[in-house]
Amino acid sequence: MVNANGAPNGKCLIRARNLDKSYQRGGEQLHVLQGLSLDVDRGGFLAFMGPSGSGKTTLLNLLGGLDVPTSGSISVAGDEITAMGRSQLTAWRARHVGFVFQMYNLIPVLTAYQNVELPLLLTSLGRSGRREHVETALELVGLPDRMNHYPRQLSGGQEQRVAIARAIVADPTLLLCDEPTGDLDRRSADEVMQLLGRLVDEHGKTILMVTHDPRAAERARTTLHLEKGTLVEAGRRAA
Amino acid sequence: MAIPFVYSLRSVRQRYASGAVAVLGIAGAVGVFVAMLALARGFSSTLTASASDANAIVLRAGATSEIYSSLSLEQVRIIQDAPGIARGKDGPLVSAEVVELATFSLKKRGTDANLQVRGVSARTLEVREHVRVARGRFFRPGLAELVVGSSVAKNYAGLDIGDTVKFGGGTWQVVGILDAGGSVFDSELWCDATVLNQVYKRPENLFESLTVRLRSPADLQKLRDTLTSDPRLTVTVERERDYYEKTSGTLTALLRTLGLLVAAVMGIGAVLAALNTMYSAVAARSREVATLRALGFGAASVVICFVFEALLIAASGGFLGCAAALPINGYTTEVMNWATVSHVAFAFRVTPGLIGAGIAFALVMGLLGGVPPALRAARRPVATALREL
Repeated sequence: MVNANGAPNGKCLIRARNLDKSYQRGGEQLHVLQGLSLDVDRGGFLAFMGPSGSGKTTLLNLLGGLDVPTSGSISVAGDEITAMGRSQLTAWRARHVGFVFQMYNLIPVLTAYQNVELPLLLTSLGRSGRREHVETALELVGLPDRMNHYPRQLSGGQEQRVAIARAIVADPTLLLCDEPTGDLDRRSADEVMQLLGRLVDEHGKTILMVTHDPRAAERARTTLHLEKGTLVEAGRRAA
Repeated sequence: MAIPFVYSLRSVRQRYASGAVAVLGIAGAVGVFVAMLALARGFSSTLTASASDANAIVLRAGATSEIYSSLSLEQVRIIQDAPGIARGKDGPLVSAEVVELATFSLKKRGTDANLQVRGVSARTLEVREHVRVARGRFFRPGLAELVVGSSVAKNYAGLDIGDTVKFGGGTWQVVGILDAGGSVFDSELWCDATVLNQVYKRPENLFESLTVRLRSPADLQKLRDTLTSDPRLTVTVERERDYYEKTSGTLTALLRTLGLLVAAVMGIGAVLAALNTMYSAVAARSREVATLRALGFGAASVVICFVFEALLIAASGGFLGCAAALPINGYTTEVMNWATVSHVAFAFRVTPGLIGAGIAFALVMGLLGGVPPALRAARRPVATALREL
C-alpha cells in the first residue's frame, strides 16, 4: 500500500485496496492492475507516471468510476464506489469527479459556455445560478471573453482550459486528468499546469494526473510510478 | 436533466448530408402514404357525398346494389304511401330510378369509358337537395333529354348543353349541367326513367331502386319496419349514406391496402436509411457520448438524445413528404367503380387527418431507425469509448 502524501493522517480522501483489473483479449487474460493499494489525501496533487500499458489510465478510470475493478475496493470520501451499481456510479461521478482529457473532449457543436454548463445541468441550479458558476469558472481559467466561441475557434491551450473550467464548475471532490498536456505545445502545457497547481494551492482541489511529461509531473506534489500494473516507486516533493 | 436539445439540433445540422438521405427516404414513403390514402379518401368521400342522412334507398331484398335490384310500379306505389316519407305539395318525395351503362368518349385520351345513365323521376331534385342545375335546365318528362354531371361535361366529348348524343338506340339532347357538389352524380347522366326504359326496351313499369326523402332521419326505422313487414313487398331499406359507404367499401379498402403496402415497402427502405444515418452518427460521436457519460449523464439521457435526433430527422421527412403530397389535393381523376361498372370522377382529398397520419408514420419510422443506434450508444463502455480517436 502506498500513501500518496506520506503517513496516514486522517485526511484520506481515496482509499483503494487490492485492486485487480484484467481483460480478456483473444484467448489471453491481460492483467492490467495487480493487487494495487493506494491512499490519497484530500488536497493532494498526485502524478502517475510509467510506460505505456503500465495501467495508469486504467487506474484513473477505476478511481473516477468510469470502469470497475475485477477485484478490490475503492472508497472516495467515504463512498464505497466499487459497491455501486452503474446508474449510482453515474450519479456519483456527476457529483464528485471532474475529468480533464488529453484531447480536451469538448463537445464541438456547443460553445465554451455551453460546454462548461454541461455538468451543472445535472444539479438543481437554476439558469441564473448556472450562469454565475460558468462565468466564475471561465474567469478562473482566464477565458471570460471566449464563452461564446466554439471549440474550433479556440487554440489547443484554450480548449484545455475550457475543459478544466468544465471539470471544476460543479465543485467536484476530485479532479482526474489524463495526459492534460499531452496534446499541447510547451507554453500552453505550462499554462495548463500552472492552472492546475493554482487549483490545488488556492482552491484546495485534489488532483490525480496521468502524464508522460516529466515537466508536468514536477508540478505535482507526489509522483507515483507504475509498471506492469503495480506501483513501484513514490517520489514526494514539498508542497 | 437530459442532455440539452441544442446538442441534438446542432449535431443533426452538422451531419446534414447523411441526415438528408434519411429525410428524403422518409419523405418519399410519407408522400406515397399520404397520396394513396388521399386517393382512397377522395373516392370514398365522393360516393358518400352523394348521400344524405335524410334519404333512404329501397331495393329488392338481397340486392347488393341498384343494378341487381328491381321494383315494380305497384311496389313503388305501396312504398311511397308508407309512413315516415316526407311529402311535398305534389305528393310524396320519392324518385323511382333505373340505371343503365353507356359508353362515351373521353376528351383527353379519346378512349371510351362507361358512364352510368340514371333514369329518375321529375321530383328527384326535391329528394336530393344537394343536387342542382348549374347551367341550362332540367329535362322535361317524356322527352329524350339529358342533364349531365359537371365532371361528365368537363371530361367527355359531345356532352355539353345543346349537344346531341346517341346511345341505347335513342337520340338524346343535352339540356343542362348538374352540380352535385363533387358527389358521384357529377359522373352520371340523368334523364326521365320512363323514357330510359322505353329506349332500352325495358318493361315500362319496372324500376331498380326507390330513393325516398324521410320526414326526419329518425323515421328510417319506422319506414323499414313498415316495408319489411308488408307481405306484398320483399325489400330492404337502407339509409342512403350506408348504401353508398357499402358500395364504395371494396374499392376504398383495396386502394387503402395498396397504398399501405407500397408505403410499407418504402417505409422499410426509409427505416434502413434512418438506421444507417443514426448508426454512423453514433459511431462518429462515440467519444462525445462517452464524455457526456463521464460527466454524469445517464444512459437514458443518451438514448433520449439520439432518439430525439432520429425523430427530428423523421419529422423533417414527414413534413417534406406531406408538403410534396399537398399539391395533389383537389386533383381530379377517374376510376372504375366495381359496384356499378362505371367510371367515377373524384378528387384526391388530403385532409388534416391524413397529414397527421403521415407525420405519425414518419415518427414511427424515426423511432424504428433511432432506437437501436441509441441503445448501442448508451451501452458502449465509457472507458473504452473515451480512448477512441
